[in-house]
Amino acid sequence: MTLTPRSRTAGGAARRPRARPKPADTEYPLRLYVAGKTPKSLQAFANLRTICEQHLAGQYRLEVVDLLENPALARGDQILALPALVRQLPPPVKKIIGDFSSAERVLVGLDLRPVKKGRER
Amino acid sequence: MGCGGHASWGNVAEVPSPQRRRHTPSRGTPSRQITKAPSGIAGFDQITGGGLPRGRATLVCGGAGCGKTLFAMEFLVNGAVRHGEAGVFLAFEETEHELISNVASLGFDVAALVANKLLAIDYIKVDRSEIEEAGDYDLEGLFVRLGHAIDSIGATRVVVDTLEALFSGFDNEALLRAELRRMFRWLKDKGVTAVITGEQGEGMLTRYGLEEYVSDCVISLDNRVADQVSTRRLRIVKYRGTAHGSNEYPFLIDERGFSVLPVTSLGLDYPVSTERVSAGLPALDAMLEGGGYYRGSSVMVSGAAGTGKTSLAALFADASCRRRERTLYFALEESNAQIVRNMRSIGIDLDAWQRKKLLHVHAARPTVFGLEMHLATMHKAVEDFHPRTVVVDPISSLVTAGSRHEVKSMLVRLFDYLKLKQITEEMTDREQRATEAHAALSRTRSRSRNTNGRRS
Repeated sequence: MTLTPRSRTAGGAARRPRARPKPADTEYPLRLYVAGKTPKSLQAFANLRTICEQHLAGQYRLEVVDLLENPALARGDQILALPALVRQLPPPVKKIIGDFSSAERVLVGLDLRPVKKGRER
Repeated sequence: MGCGGHASWGNVAEVPSPQRRRHTPSRGTPSRQITKAPSGIAGFDQITGGGLPRGRATLVCGGAGCGKTLFAMEFLVNGAVRHGEAGVFLAFEETEHELISNVASLGFDVAALVANKLLAIDYIKVDRSEIEEAGDYDLEGLFVRLGHAIDSIGATRVVVDTLEALFSGFDNEALLRAELRRMFRWLKDKGVTAVITGEQGEGMLTRYGLEEYVSDCVISLDNRVADQVSTRRLRIVKYRGTAHGSNEYPFLIDERGFSVLPVTSLGLDYPVSTERVSAGLPALDAMLEGGGYYRGSSVMVSGAAGTGKTSLAALFADASCRRRERTLYFALEESNAQIVRNMRSIGIDLDAWQRKKLLHVHAARPTVFGLEMHLATMHKAVEDFHPRTVVVDPISSLVTAGSRHEVKSMLVRLFDYLKLKQITEEMTDREQRATEAHAALSRTRSRSRNTNGRRS
């Protein structure tokens, strides 16, 4: 793991500590799909790690799938847009696409924060 | 810390993967002359001078149920079966299983082609509800999937059915359009011959204006109903670098799939024979310089009801079968059984010839379908049965299926076609009394006026 997350891109609001909405024993298996190590995918990875470390520390497992190395894997999770984050469990399946520059939307997408309670903006 | 399973991720250098390198076009530089990829669809390759533009994208658009998917699938199946060209079907609307079973009824064994790596079907589900957008993205995943499918079987043909499903899946239309533009360029760079389908839009060829991206070839399909009779038509809207017919061509979708009838301008250069064939009646043969009709000629038997037109036609068919020449009998007013019974009463056993497969009676009411469809089915019947003699009994009843002008133009095309094939034809025509004929004519006129009014 030689990538260092660039925290400045994670969005100031999301960095504020907040109550964990899920019990600590839940583990989120997350899978990040990218195509090659482009600036965009590196950015997405960095943003995502920042968000996860701040909101899901110790509760997630992040797997990165480079579709240029394993193109066949795109079919399983029905990947079209990249970068894409897929949360298989708990159901239903959640997909978030983008560079994850908006922490709020990532958390909504992961079902960690109800849309209406977003006090951020 | 929870990051695992990406050891290679640490290496940040931009290294193109081997798969990516294989993506570069391998099918040579585009030459000045447009080469064609035969679609294998009967008639279509004829009107386009060889098929679809090779190495380019073709847009096939039309309303729901007009045959877009079938056209696309036939293009792939024919490419695989007849030319050994592997193809990829990217499906947004139907799953692999649905596609396979839908075309199985047309005799296409798509599953076998998939097993033999001549065809790859990738079903892409676009579900807006399970996708959250958080920042910038692109459709590289789609490119990767398509590229992988193409490379895995060495495909040279690609179908995307239908790309517009993407518009319901993503919020950012500007981004989507940029990606579509990139996709068409990418397809061209890969050198594949592509068919993209699009749903018909209001006042536009496609709902989302896909025609803006496809500049090489655009085909419009249509299923029109006039006087409660539906006719499918195909039109080549645009075909860059190729002279093509600009007419609407009727096409058929039947148990063997898609076929287009190139029905105009066959020219007047058919061969002419001096050989004679018997009319089936020695006295008539004697009147015709002792030999009968010229082979490949068109003969019209005209007379009022009950004057024996059908009998004369049956005699002609009987004589043809006696010469061991296959005979096709289009019965437009009576059923096969009825003709067989009636002709048996004058000593002609048409049933025996049918059992010997020398005679085929094709019975259909003119009102069952439109004229174009009749012409189309007649063409097909001729192609299938390879007759040397054709009987149409009676042509006058075709008037009920179209205007007089349409009937005339249809018959001219039919005669041209039969002459070209050196098929001798006899048709009967019921003569009507002046008043009746006049009434029929005015009926026809008013109908065609109605039709025009509705179309405009």
